[in-house]
Amino acid sequence: MLRLGCGAGFSSDRLGPAIDLAEKGRLDYLVFETIGERTLAFGHRDRKLDPKRGYNPQLAQRMRGVLKATKANGTRIVTNMGVANVPDAARVVIEVARELGLKGLKVAAVLGDEVTDLLTPETRLFDYHDRKISEVGLPLAGANVYLGIDAILPALETGADVVITGRVSDPSLFLSPIVHTYGWRRDDWAALGRGTLVGHLMECGMQITGGYYADPGKKDVPRLADCGYPIAEVQPDGSAVITKLDDAGGMVTPRTVKEQLLYEVHDPKRYLTPDVTADFSAVQLVDEGRDRVRVANGSGTARPDTLKVTVGFDGGYLGEAGVSYAGPNSAARATLAADILRDRLGRHSEIARNMRVDLIGLNALHATAHGVRQNAEDVRVRVAMRTADRSACETMLWEVEAMLCCGPAGGGGYRGQITPSVVTHSALIERERVRPSVEVLVA
Amino acid sequence: MSGQGTMRRVKLHEIAHARAGDKGNTSNVSVWVYDPGDYALVKAQLTAERVKSAYPNLLKGSVTRYELEQLHGLNFVMLDALEGGVNTSLGLDSHGKSWSFLILDLDVEMPENRGPAAAA
Repeated sequence: MLRLGCGAGFSSDRLGPAIDLAEKGRLDYLVFETIGERTLAFGHRDRKLDPKRGYNPQLAQRMRGVLKATKANGTRIVTNMGVANVPDAARVVIEVARELGLKGLKVAAVLGDEVTDLLTPETRLFDYHDRKISEVGLPLAGANVYLGIDAILPALETGADVVITGRVSDPSLFLSPIVHTYGWRRDDWAALGRGTLVGHLMECGMQITGGYYADPGKKDVPRLADCGYPIAEVQPDGSAVITKLDDAGGMVTPRTVKEQLLYEVHDPKRYLTPDVTADFSAVQLVDEGRDRVRVANGSGTARPDTLKVTVGFDGGYLGEAGVSYAGPNSAARATLAADILRDRLGRHSEIARNMRVDLIGLNALHATAHGVRQNAEDVRVRVAMRTADRSACETMLWEVEAMLCCGPAGGGGYRGQITPSVVTHSALIERERVRPSVEVLVA
Repeated sequence: MSGQGTMRRVKLHEIAHARAGDKGNTSNVSVWVYDPGDYALVKAQLTAERVKSAYPNLLKGSVTRYELEQLHGLNFVMLDALEGGVNTSLGLDSHGKSWSFLILDLDVEMPENRGPAAAA
């Protein structure tokens, strides 16, 4: 039996419970999954500001937290924390290993996911009404293809203690150690589908152990503050039990597993990865009690011929600013502030074209769906805009801050920020054109 | 409907749980009844058309529903539903993480003699 743990399900995921898993999980592999469409875009943004950056900002801290334990316990790490700069990320892991006295620690870097040079202005974006890259009207920032187990397995075969990648499909981070361990054929689609199911369930970390789940009175979760990351006990046939450390908070039940089963899944019969077209439509879950759920009946059919590419564009700047109103008549004062801001900012055409105004507490998250609702106590006016013109963002922030003195009574708590922005779309590329490679570094 | 007794209207939130996910400008929300006995009525009432028509300003594209009968779940895939998606939307919740509660806010009609499910 193979024991896999997940030590991060997104870029900013918690570190403490990952250290617990490294120390007490008796794991064969500890996987850190940290890339999303948003965080890959941030990686490109960071690398643009500093060519030595662009990997996961918490990489060094995470490695300092777990490397001694994983090395001592014979647990290998597989992670996509290389994000948009895998070579420098691999060097950071080596530096941390040396700092910790782990001489000889081996790192394998999986390269080749950046495919910016393979795209042309004519490349079609399938998520953008099949328009061409040239029609987006923004400068190309970088493009990354989703690599799969074909790219990761050679890195595992080097015997590396840490395998670090950029953009790979999330389930592939888990499927590759399973295939490496059990020697499945690369065209055993049913088995690859089962392994992908395990990877899909694990890839978001605590989203299967009680995170992103609790709804007080309806779905209560014990000790959510100390929620533990998941462990998968994988059998040679690809069936698995999802569980967690006994002393960790959170829970694993058929309901937590179900919610994760279809997270970011469209047609359950056709979950496309670079490795397989996985089929989750007949999955069976068996509650074995005590935070153990058996997962069976995943399947799959042949892998797709093309690979998905996330194409990032320089989106200019995202400016956000807000000011709050509280106590009697706060909703009316906040609404008045929003009206004044629409009026004042509306006179600046670059801002007016790109701006959105929300009333947090009345209508922000569901504003588009619902329109305004009454009866809030605190109400925050929020203005957001995206533009290539940084000075337009600065003007907007200035006007929102000005509400403190020349807006309605009692406005406070102004905050404003301007951050570089990257817009992403998706394209497809023929598999043969992608040439991944592995580079090994030793501490 | 005669012979089924009186019906009452409940929020879907009383009898089901849900989770939202995003890919580009596509949102998906999976909906799971607490009590398998409620699956048939939710499946009959919570159609793709119903979801689409509930939020016409937000859900700009098609809504497709997939069913996982053995686990008593429905999966709604909503195209052009995230105001551009996580890197484009100016909304505060640009992932649409809270879209699950837009679906759970919808009403369903159930027989008077069926109560809401116990807490998990």
